[in-house]
Amino acid sequence: MNTAGKALAEFIAEGTEIVESLSKDLLVLDQQRGLEPDPELINGIFRAAHSLKGLAALFGQERIAKLAHQSEDLLDRLRLGKLSLDDQVLDTLIESLDALQSLLAEASREEASDALGERVSTLGTRLADLGTVSAASDEDPLDRLELSEQVRAVFTEYEEHRLRENVRRGVALYRVRAAFDLSDFDTGLTELNARLKPLGEVVSTLPSSEPGGLSGIAFDLIFGARVSTEELTQKLEGTPAQLFALVTRPAAAPVTPRAPAAPPVPPAEAGSTPVRKTAKRKPRTPKAPAPQTPPDEPLAAASSTMPTLRALEAVSSGEASSSSPVRTLVQESPTPRGTRSEGESARSLTQTVRVDIRRLDALMNTVGELLLIKANLQRMVENVRLDAGVSLSKVWGQELSRETRQLERKLDALQEGLLEARMVPVGQVFDRLARLVRRIAREVGKEIDFIIGGGDVELDKLIVEELSDPLMHIIRNAIDHGAESPEARQAVGKPRRARISLHAEQKGNHVVIEVSDDGAGIDELGVRELALRKGLITDAQAREMSRRELLNLIFLPGFSTASSVSELSGRGVGLDVVKNNIGNLSGIIDVWSERGQGTAFHLTLPVTLAIIRALVVGVSGRTYAVPLNSVLEILSVKPSEIRTVERREVLDVRGTTLPLMRLARVFGHPESHPERHFVVVAGLAQERLGIAVDELQGQQDIVVKSLGGRLQGVRGISGAADLANRRTVLVLDVGALLEEGMSTERRRA
Amino acid sequence: MTFKILIVEDSRASRELIAATVESIPGLEAVTSSSGLEALKLLPRHVFSLIITDINMPDINGLELIRFIKNNPALRDTPLFIVTTEGRETDRDRGLALGAVEYLVKPFSPRSLEGLVRRYLQLA
Repeated sequence: MNTAGKALAEFIAEGTEIVESLSKDLLVLDQQRGLEPDPELINGIFRAAHSLKGLAALFGQERIAKLAHQSEDLLDRLRLGKLSLDDQVLDTLIESLDALQSLLAEASREEASDALGERVSTLGTRLADLGTVSAASDEDPLDRLELSEQVRAVFTEYEEHRLRENVRRGVALYRVRAAFDLSDFDTGLTELNARLKPLGEVVSTLPSSEPGGLSGIAFDLIFGARVSTEELTQKLEGTPAQLFALVTRPAAAPVTPRAPAAPPVPPAEAGSTPVRKTAKRKPRTPKAPAPQTPPDEPLAAASSTMPTLRALEAVSSGEASSSSPVRTLVQESPTPRGTRSEGESARSLTQTVRVDIRRLDALMNTVGELLLIKANLQRMVENVRLDAGVSLSKVWGQELSRETRQLERKLDALQEGLLEARMVPVGQVFDRLARLVRRIAREVGKEIDFIIGGGDVELDKLIVEELSDPLMHIIRNAIDHGAESPEARQAVGKPRRARISLHAEQKGNHVVIEVSDDGAGIDELGVRELALRKGLITDAQAREMSRRELLNLIFLPGFSTASSVSELSGRGVGLDVVKNNIGNLSGIIDVWSERGQGTAFHLTLPVTLAIIRALVVGVSGRTYAVPLNSVLEILSVKPSEIRTVERREVLDVRGTTLPLMRLARVFGHPESHPERHFVVVAGLAQERLGIAVDELQGQQDIVVKSLGGRLQGVRGISGAADLANRRTVLVLDVGALLEEGMSTERRRA
Repeated sequence: MTFKILIVEDSRASRELIAATVESIPGLEAVTSSSGLEALKLLPRHVFSLIITDINMPDINGLELIRFIKNNPALRDTPLFIVTTEGRETDRDRGLALGAVEYLVKPFSPRSLEGLVRRYLQLA
């Protein structure tokens, strides 16, 4: 990569990181609709837009710099209390984020489309004109706070505003002084911040050049407490913190305080009075004497401390006071930028490196090669052991064997490490989808609660990236056609707001992602009618099909048309494409639906596509690899045990009937007639299939490489892999074979 | 003789760019820090000839860092530049009042930064 290319890549990488954090924080803000916004959160969002602006300007990305600047400007007015946060402001910010994402995507392709340019320009105008100006007051509350000029001089405008807000609301302010050793002050300060943050707002952190010891450093934290002095003192026990109440003079005009201010005390050196004093404080092991000042009234806890929980409680109790058409509820609390601990924010930047996924692919290929060498070595060791004719010393043989085992262990660790490096939380996609859901729901006039869960489940980055489109398709269908209108829902006794949930869960080597709704469900009789009319199934087939099989017809190509939408609760719009996309990721999709109750789609996906353990099988003299994560068991079957039911071959396995597929037949190889077949029982989600092969050749770790050219579209094959003996074999696509098996059954029926 | 320059900037890409500009001058070595706190750790470990800091940073803001440096007898004579996206007059004035000698608003040209660094270190 040349220097310009490297600079662009560096910009895109950091820009994307910023936009992702912006997205997370906006999502939290969206959840808090109707509640008072958390100032730290707003400031975090402002900082992200601010950083993006600076970064884009520095790298000559003018379109991004401009939009980031316009967003930052709005956010600045918001964080400085010059503007109130309303639905319109929030919606426009979310739209701007979408636009920033698109701009970054275009920048990475070194494109600049006119259409996006126009959208950005309209957005810019809206951002500039938005919002109602908050009422300004004549007096400056900050003037009532006793603070030395020297301290006041280092506050940024934002910090001044936050102080002002705290004074205006009558929040008790403190100077929290803590001295630490130079060697570990960052850890100490992080711990102190972690204790303070749940109790109020750390407005500013001032390093002091007047430390308590010879090799120490002291900090003054300006802190607005939401709890009583007593509680604060108690919670700070065990830290080197000393509390000094900052004196606030009463306001000239009456204000509406949220909580009583700290009692007035005479000013001290930095405009504060010690609440308690330790006789001779030892750093890091102070005692906590009882507070000398009378205890304050407990302050009202801020409403923003547990927004997610509150929102969820409101939903579960049927309380739907929000006027917003869409609410996004996250079942586990994401970590917004603003509330991240200091340690994390400072360290994550220095301890993380970004690696191009192609480099990881290249490394993975090298591991693949090493795995082959390992397998060859193992084979040689085995040959030496078996071949009595070779006059190798026993000791040498043992040594070789030991070293090979050692190599195997190290390779396992290397492989595991590389796989972990490719994993990213699936929540990255979820956050993006949440924003799209808002837009679509608004377009179609539905009231939706969008519930996200399991966002921290990790998947291979490539899979996560490919998931966005299929998931959007399914969710779009759920909003468009699954969820009924608020009136229709009320008419059948359901809550006005429809519930759509997106949930990920790890199950062994797979991740199951469920998209469900509590809408009208799929009318399987309607599905049957339509499939018959379109000639996708015959009358005889239709009569034999179970309800589940009928529902699965919605995945057939050609099933869905615009006219089918209204007839069948609208399911099935282009779901064949979704199914193919999931199939390309070696996954499988399954549908459940109950009329009037709702619909759920289950996507079962492998955790990674990079290195897999495979079962090597032989059929008619050819070799194939079967991914082991879909192999449930292996049976040895006599030809007489294979039955034919309704012209399909089946096996009886412990009381259940298992459809059988002969691999030789699938790929058109001449069939052999062995005395016994080996049957590989493969399964994904609820589907099961027996695959008959001639021989089992063992297990191996393989790196699956995609196929090019004509082989690319061959159904039932997901790629190729090199085996230890330097042979290249085809890897079976179990998901596609399961599909094939099921549809073959239908065709034959 | 090698001059060490401390760069305090939370944006990685910006930090790299400033460091690259500084290191393009022979005899200069850039020491970088991604936060004010990290900078406080670095200050006693090196002798810096110049400090370049951003204002808007998550833990300790640039103004607070400057105040700390200027109150510290061992550090107070080190020239300080502010390089920031913040174009606000009040912040500029405060930075300069606290003792910063230059205030560069992003996007700055690497050449202008280079010129200033050379001037303050009295390099040809």
